[in-house]
Amino acid sequence: MTTGSATEAIQTPATAKSPQTHHGRVPTSSRMRSAFTHAALIVFVLLMLYPLLWMLVSAFKPGHLVLTEPGLIPKQFTFRNFVEGWNILNQPFSIFFINSLIVSVGAIVGNLFSCSLTAYALARMEFRMRKVYLAITLGAVMLPIHALIIPQYIVFSKLHLVNTYVPLLLPKFLGTDAFFVFLMVQFIRTVPRDLDRAAWIDGAGPFRTFWSVILPLMRPALVTTTIFTFIWTWNDFFVPLIYLTRTGAFTVPVALNSMVSAENQSGIGMLFAMSLISLLPILVFFALAQRHLVRGIATTGLK
Amino acid sequence: MSLPRSAPRPATGPSGTSAQGTGTPGERAPGAPGEGPFGLRRGRTGRTGTTGAVSHLHRQGRAAHIFLIPWQLGLVLITSVPLLASLYLAFTDYDILASPHFTGLENFRRMAHDAQFWASVRVTLVYVVVSVPLQLAFALFLALVLDRGLRALSFYRSVFYLPSLLGASVAVAILWRQIFGDTGLVNRALALVHIHGHSWLQDPSTALATLIVLHVWAFGSPMVIFLAGLRQIPDDLYEASRVDGAGRFRQFRSITIPLLTPIIFFNLILQTIGAFQSFTQADIVSKGTGGPSNSTLFYTLYLYKQGFVNFDMGYASALAWVLMVVIAVITAVHFLLSKYWVFYGDE
Repeated sequence: MTTGSATEAIQTPATAKSPQTHHGRVPTSSRMRSAFTHAALIVFVLLMLYPLLWMLVSAFKPGHLVLTEPGLIPKQFTFRNFVEGWNILNQPFSIFFINSLIVSVGAIVGNLFSCSLTAYALARMEFRMRKVYLAITLGAVMLPIHALIIPQYIVFSKLHLVNTYVPLLLPKFLGTDAFFVFLMVQFIRTVPRDLDRAAWIDGAGPFRTFWSVILPLMRPALVTTTIFTFIWTWNDFFVPLIYLTRTGAFTVPVALNSMVSAENQSGIGMLFAMSLISLLPILVFFALAQRHLVRGIATTGLK
Repeated sequence: MSLPRSAPRPATGPSGTSAQGTGTPGERAPGAPGEGPFGLRRGRTGRTGTTGAVSHLHRQGRAAHIFLIPWQLGLVLITSVPLLASLYLAFTDYDILASPHFTGLENFRRMAHDAQFWASVRVTLVYVVVSVPLQLAFALFLALVLDRGLRALSFYRSVFYLPSLLGASVAVAILWRQIFGDTGLVNRALALVHIHGHSWLQDPSTALATLIVLHVWAFGSPMVIFLAGLRQIPDDLYEASRVDGAGRFRQFRSITIPLLTPIIFFNLILQTIGAFQSFTQADIVSKGTGGPSNSTLFYTLYLYKQGFVNFDMGYASALAWVLMVVIAVITAVHFLLSKYWVFYGDE
């Protein structure tokens, strides 16, 4: 859409007719302005990304140079930070990675399972409490975890489930990520009802209809849920910090936190190296699913 | 960040499934074409004489309860019971070893005289009130810049979005601690222009600011939502106003902003709720102390320390309930005030 800014003065028929494409012919003054905007944006991009690039480079610098050398081009290049950081908590870092992976994949499975079932019932089925349940779901989106975590912790610790992943995963399998339920309800509402009806006429029961008709059509919502569940769970620090106290059970963020506390031994270079590794899955996910991610966040924002 | 949010609309993906009309949830199968097969399959129409559509609904009702089993279990076990339990604990003294001891309003009285509590309230309020509007202003400004039909839009959008994915991570909090450290990037950059560095993290008057910068840095997610909102504004409005001789600023003030108010409102609610619950950044940057001089003692960090470091679970529960009530009240106030400034096209 042209918001009547860059191409305001000229508005060739091309831009007027295809406002989404931005490919109208543009006169020189406007091209200059656009070049200026690009230059400003590039500077801003570099400024914004500089910290991340610096972390990337610093992870490969010898420890003592990290603090004294702010430039992006390392004078010395080394893998020592990775080698030494890997075992700094007396466990190979790969263990934390595997732990995080178990928790993240478990959370994805749990959310896909419970939220899709719940959303289908709330969006499509007729029963007395439907509206009340929908309202509860909305309210639950705003409920801070802090109001629940203390009793939850008490119960899980009495059941000797601290340092297991049950406290982290059980809530996901029980549909407590209300945001995703809501996302899916909104999505199912855009799927034409005639499809359900056709399935009924063809003799499909509710489960069959859900599994063979609705679920395949929900793919974009399921993808969005998968991506965001992964990233949020991978990053989550508060809840694992509470439930995981044994080093061997740590997820990556808790392990990093533990390294921070022991920083004098580990040194900033190692901390950066392990931090960088911890971000890799997110960066990979970002590279692969970038379009879905942006679309996911954009669409969650529209009424 | 997580967190958060109002009515999402599914993406119109390449699958194109979402393009069709929205069936309202109240809508039921219109009798005629559906009845026969449903009735036959049910095999019950004969007995009751009800129409197929009605028995279809019965069957749906039963199926719905099966579909909802996980969610209902979660509602009871993971949400409702803990919520009520923490309300009860808020009126007790409980250290997890001995059983809870009812103390009435003692926890709340204690809050009133607890300097750390007030420090955390102040820090959190400053953080929310400063960082949320700043972040949204940034997000809106860049969304407007990117919406001008630039090439490489998707590149910029992705790059700006990346920090909001990473911003809540421990790794970036560690990075931030380094950036604003005595020998960190910021002081190095200042040294280049011969400005003497500053102990950003050691000085109580600037420590919180570094966390606000981090929050603003992660402006990408509201920006993407703003961009999507800008796309929804019909072009003819701008063209009509141009015909009427409106300049760019006038268009911005009279078209863009009013039509964007629902999105601004949505982002505001979302970011406010999220900012109140911030924890990771403050915990990592201050190494769990909330220092210097409590200047980064976020409310949730104080709650965590009381509950899970001191195991003062009763007091922490009281703190949690105060947080929840504050968030609920602020959200409600936002909704009430929205009547006066949020413009919905259908009004």
